Amino acid sequence: MSSPTALELLPALLVIVPILGATLPLALGLRYDDVGWACATAVCGIVFALALPVTNAVYGVGERVQVIHNLGGFDQPVGIALVADELSTIVVLLIAAVSLATLAYTRHGGPRGNTFYSGYLLLVGGLMGISLTGDVFNLFVFLEITGIATYGLIAKSDGAEAAVAALKYLIIGTVGASLYLVGVGFVFLATGTLNMIDLATAIPEAGYDDPLVRMAFAFMFVGFAIKVAQWPLHTWQPDAYQHAPDGVTPMIAALVSTVSAYALARVIFGVYTVEFVATTPYLQEIVVTVGSVSVVAGSLLAVIQVDVKRMLAFSSVSQFGLIVAAYGLLTETALVGALVHLVGHGIMKAGLFVCAGIVAAGYGARKVDEYAGLFAHRPAVASATAVLGIALIGIPPSVGFIGKWYIAVGSVEAELWPVAAVIFLSTMLTLGYVARLLEKMFFTHATGAPASHAVATDGGEGVLVGTLDEADPVSLGMIGLAVGAAVLAVALGFAGGTFNELFDPFVSEVFS
Amino acid sequence: MIDTLTPVATPVLAGLADVTFAPALVETFLTRYAYATVFVLLSIGLYMMIASPNLVKKVIGMNLFQTAVFLFFVATAYVEGGGSPVVPTEATPGELAVASPLPHVIVLTAIVVGISLTAVGLALIIRIYTEYGTMNEETLREVRIDE
Repeated sequence: MSSPTALELLPALLVIVPILGATLPLALGLRYDDVGWACATAVCGIVFALALPVTNAVYGVGERVQVIHNLGGFDQPVGIALVADELSTIVVLLIAAVSLATLAYTRHGGPRGNTFYSGYLLLVGGLMGISLTGDVFNLFVFLEITGIATYGLIAKSDGAEAAVAALKYLIIGTVGASLYLVGVGFVFLATGTLNMIDLATAIPEAGYDDPLVRMAFAFMFVGFAIKVAQWPLHTWQPDAYQHAPDGVTPMIAALVSTVSAYALARVIFGVYTVEFVATTPYLQEIVVTVGSVSVVAGSLLAVIQVDVKRMLAFSSVSQFGLIVAAYGLLTETALVGALVHLVGHGIMKAGLFVCAGIVAAGYGARKVDEYAGLFAHRPAVASATAVLGIALIGIPPSVGFIGKWYIAVGSVEAELWPVAAVIFLSTMLTLGYVARLLEKMFFTHATGAPASHAVATDGGEGVLVGTLDEADPVSLGMIGLAVGAAVLAVALGFAGGTFNELFDPFVSEVFS
Repeated sequence: MIDTLTPVATPVLAGLADVTFAPALVETFLTRYAYATVFVLLSIGLYMMIASPNLVKKVIGMNLFQTAVFLFFVATAYVEGGGSPVVPTEATPGELAVASPLPHVIVLTAIVVGISLTAVGLALIIRIYTEYGTMNEETLREVRIDE
């Protein structure tokens, strides 16, 4: 029970600052109007600043250490630990960066109001908690905090459609979290501990063939499959992404499912072990199949969508399928690939949803057909969308390429050829839905678009004119965010070796 | 193995198992009925969420589902002959039998989470009702198609 050093305090502050900060917009809102954005920016700025020293300690040039904070000074396994290791720190950095960057969109693009920013900060706190916690029950609590904040943010949209989508997400998401909790109960029965590090040794002692241990894994896996939106448990996701406010979707798409997928990795590789998945009959096959089926089903459903945000949502089902399948491959390369793709997909999808939001705010265009001739009128946004889309397909140099490449190499190493085939197929199908968008933006003239039936058509020039005379609904910050995401997606395409080196300590420990 | 599941109220009901033809299955059921109840409640809750067209009943089903999980945790904490986990100062180690406190704490936390979720869910239903004038899922679908 020694008092923690300044560095060891940081993981706790990363969780506490946004959650306490969530009260600020409400409290200050009693006295000042429109104080929410300023509060959120200040708090997210502080969180980002706090995340930097942690990142430096874990990944820095000097001596690398894991930063562990024992809450309340109780040592593990009795107390709850917050752990920033090679796996969680990259997710913490992603959360800090995306939550700060998305504010550049919401400043001008909405939604507005102090309550919105309270929910926003609560979401950041919940996500930080999921990433950092070292306790399986504590993970459940943060999953639900994240969930509650997400449901509220989705319903912040103007239409009542959003409330229906949020309620659907609430009911399905709660079932997912409850199933996870049942799994926690079973593993607690089998081992008598809830601490993740402790469980990693207690589960082999209970025996990998213990029905309780197996049952626990089954419940946890299905719970996470709902939270990560694996086919056929994905049904909440397209509605939620489509009807959420444009300023919220990038945040949710980049972080909420990503952090759930991270938690699944933590449970599979940190709590259970590679050996458990490999030795339990049919388990590896089940994990790989769930992922692969999601890849194919998600891509196919994305290709037939008319609404752009809905299309991108189904694309997420497919990309997360790839990540889950990579978990199941059980090779070092595939795991690195899954983690790279986790981060890369977060950046790319956040950027794409920002682009979709800008196009909707600027032109009222929400359908693929309405994107016709976008490049001629808004080259910056159209180019950003194109670059991000191409990165999502996995054409080098891009972060999407590195992730898929590692996963593909991993599937060859594991000699699971069907997965290699699925990855190739998913690339083709991704090309299918991205190319549709590219063709509309670059090669179809706005007047020639057969279905440009939206708002201002009286000029005869289609939807893209007549929006520039009023106060521009698209701010420089919004465009900068989209372009920044595109540049980052390409720049990280050169960082394959760096990623490999960063994750190496965790990955080699898992497979040792 | 299955023995790690705590038997519930064995002294009361074990006798019943002897009276009957007492196959292992019956005894298992009579001593571990709490676990059976958990899965019955889980199923009822899940069925309500899927089958009931009424949005409020869906939320009630969700509550039932969560309550089943709480019951599961409380049942695992049961210790035969154990009291409440308040340890007296002059306790003699090894003789004190108390129920495991940790699952109770977990359930307490989970109840708070459940209440928050119910509140958010009901708030969403109120908004849906003011907007569409219905809480019936099927009517809602028709209204939304018409729009």
